Amino acid sequence: MSLDAHLVVTHPGFSLDVELTAAPGEVVALLGPNGAGKTTALRSLAGLAALDDGHVTLDGVRLDDEPPENRRIGVVFQDYLLFPHLTALDNVAFGPRCRRVPRRQARDTAREWLERVGLAEHVRKKPRQLSGGQAQRVALARALAAEPKLLLLDEPLAALDARTRLDTRSALRGHLTSFPGATVLVTHDPLDALMLADRLVIIEDGRIVQSGDAATITAQPRTDYVARLVGLNLYRGRADGTTVLLPDGFSLITAVPQEGAVFVAFPPSAVSLFAARPEGSPRNTWPATVTSVARHGDALRIELTGPLAVAADVTPAAAVQLELEPGREVWATVKATEATAYPA
Amino acid sequence: MPPALAIPAIAGLVFLVLPLFGLLWRAPWSTLPERLTEPGILAALRLSLLTATLATAVSLVLGVPLAWLLARTEFPGRRFVRALVTVPLVLPPVVGGVALLLVFGRRGLLGGWLDATFGVSLPFTTAGVVAAEAFVAMPFLVISVEGALRGADARYEEAASTLGATRWTAFRRVTLPLIAPGVAAGAVLCWARALGEFGATITFAGNFPGRTQTMPLAVYLALEQDLDAAIVLSLVLLVVSIGILAALRDKWVAP
Amino acid sequence: MKKILTAVAMVAALAISGCGDSSDTSTPAAGASSASGVSGNLTVLAAASLTESFNKIGKDFETANPNVKVTFSYGGSSGLAQQITSGAPADVFASASPATMKTVTDAGDANGEATVFVKNQLVVAVTKGNPKGIRTLADLTEPGLKVALCAEQVPCGAAARKALAAANVKVTPVTLEQDVKAALSKVKLGEVDAALVYRTDAKAATADVDGIEFPESSGAINDYPIVTLKSAPNPSAAAAFVAYVQSGPALDVLVEAGFQKP
Repeated sequence: MSLDAHLVVTHPGFSLDVELTAAPGEVVALLGPNGAGKTTALRSLAGLAALDDGHVTLDGVRLDDEPPENRRIGVVFQDYLLFPHLTALDNVAFGPRCRRVPRRQARDTAREWLERVGLAEHVRKKPRQLSGGQAQRVALARALAAEPKLLLLDEPLAALDARTRLDTRSALRGHLTSFPGATVLVTHDPLDALMLADRLVIIEDGRIVQSGDAATITAQPRTDYVARLVGLNLYRGRADGTTVLLPDGFSLITAVPQEGAVFVAFPPSAVSLFAARPEGSPRNTWPATVTSVARHGDALRIELTGPLAVAADVTPAAAVQLELEPGREVWATVKATEATAYPA
Repeated sequence: MPPALAIPAIAGLVFLVLPLFGLLWRAPWSTLPERLTEPGILAALRLSLLTATLATAVSLVLGVPLAWLLARTEFPGRRFVRALVTVPLVLPPVVGGVALLLVFGRRGLLGGWLDATFGVSLPFTTAGVVAAEAFVAMPFLVISVEGALRGADARYEEAASTLGATRWTAFRRVTLPLIAPGVAAGAVLCWARALGEFGATITFAGNFPGRTQTMPLAVYLALEQDLDAAIVLSLVLLVVSIGILAALRDKWVAP
Repeated sequence: MKKILTAVAMVAALAISGCGDSSDTSTPAAGASSASGVSGNLTVLAAASLTESFNKIGKDFETANPNVKVTFSYGGSSGLAQQITSGAPADVFASASPATMKTVTDAGDANGEATVFVKNQLVVAVTKGNPKGIRTLADLTEPGLKVALCAEQVPCGAAARKALAAANVKVTPVTLEQDVKAALSKVKLGEVDAALVYRTDAKAATADVDGIEFPESSGAINDYPIVTLKSAPNPSAAAAFVAYVQSGPALDVLVEAGFQKP
């Protein structure tokens, strides 16, 4: 039950061209900003949108000319799309019924699935009587009861409030682990991607910009979007030993030497701010101007301009002491050991 | 309630209801019992109810798929086809009847062939009445169902297809139940229009008691001689149709 | 739907403005006097079967009386009678049946008794060339032959019933049409093989139908009475018109159309 797909969809003003693979049991997260083409990719996998080129191959069988009903690709939609006129039980039994399973047997299967997602006592309810979290689980049970070879999840947690989201996410993780087929998960929430997926594929403007496991991507982002996503300052430049020359003339000193085109990344917490130029300073020191101050968890996130645009995290106490407010001029430093360079 | 709405609303209501009072006021109440038992009335009423119901059934079988085609598929000239479907709404019914004769009549485009091949001849038959009524009334159903389909979320059909449902299964098990209120409203409208149909019926199916003479035809001919008889027939038609519509509305059309 | 409503509204608006235009004809022709001394507007309600003849007669009348403008309203006789008894303003009423005329005179809406100015009788209208070879009323009983009659409630239906009774022929029609023109058009369209219609109607449709005379029709002759109305806005022109209709030139036009002199 492995997926091998090359999805090419061309619209006026937008084109999608991504290659996607997933091994049996693997969960691949398709991560990207709004409008990157995630949902288009998912719809073309399911057969709900036509491919202009490329292919969708599942277990070695070409599916791109097959209608959705023949693909055995299950979808959990963002707003679930539970059939409002059917009970939870009949929603879940819908897939088996379409495969000509007798009504009784289909309902038994549906009941089992609803028990597995913890909704045994809600089988007779109509979708409008279910909470958001319950509806999400019915949608998952409905997709799985149709015995798909590939499971697609479109922002499966986006419609839920924060608390429900936490519970549902861990439950979803359990169900995905026991699902034997491949799973493709579309999300713009890095936490969902990191918690649920074995592998991340990041797309921007219809192209894959980075893919790999969670550790690699969080440590070494390759675009501003990914860097923001994982909370790192990211720069692109040319390395000559431990010196990286950035396009606007500024140089960053790193600990590990590299050669040629590189990325340099460091977390906002690695940036220190001072009222005056610090003595015996670290290798990377520059004057900067505060542009914004915002709460970020327990710390304050300070955005700065200057020779190097950067985000810094400081404690509220430090912020008060330094009188940080937009327009304030300060000195910023980053230790060379905190700045990681890796080939671009 | 703002007067700008209340005054025209009440005026509109009075305008619609007043003619009804005209009929009640002029009705021959003293001779009503014996007039009601005249055999022609019952035959015409039975025929009217039968043909209007059959015409609605025909409209459902043909009109719902047509509405689906218009609402859910893209094809060149779809807007034009949509406009064509509404032609019977603006066509004077008598012209509709003539048009039907030109197609299904003995010398019509298809009529001769139908007669020769299947021995089917529509003019002057009860089936012809059904055809005339369906022709005039079906657009009401198609427009109503098409509106319901456009209002319904097409993604439910997509969800059904990912669960293995063919388009037909998705339509039958998902779309149709979702738009059931729209279909019911359209069917009621269609039935009411078919019940009152006059021009196309008398032109296409002619007028013969018990076979093609529906209530509106009986009313029209009674008007030639006997205003009282015409009023009695009209009242019978009104009472029966309002009763049926009210019952249906409570049962199906109300939310 | 919205577009349709707009279209309906436009049609309604046109219809309303159309009515407005026609009512403008009530402007009197001021200051002029004609040879016969009548002037102004004249409204004539006439049976539909008189349409062609009266249009011609109206023109001739206007030529003879240049200050008169004649407006005709044609329709089924009983419908017109109903309009008159409901108070429709008109000067002259010409009916296709004495019975409907009686409803007007009985209601006191006419000036005295009506005068019969022409007669009309029935013929069998058949498809051009008479492919079924129909010669007599009895031929209408042939099995498989489709016959249209007028409904008994309208004059041509009553006349047909009388003629068939006189001939002692029992015809089973496929339809009882609401008026003579509808019966005739069923023959024109080929939907029926024969229909009993007025000779004038058959004559007006000679391009499509043949009219077959039969002796029993003389037993069911239809009289056409004409009368001036009490509420006539223009009584002098009304009287002049009724007199003109019974004059030689007008009768020639009517006979030409297939009517018989009284």
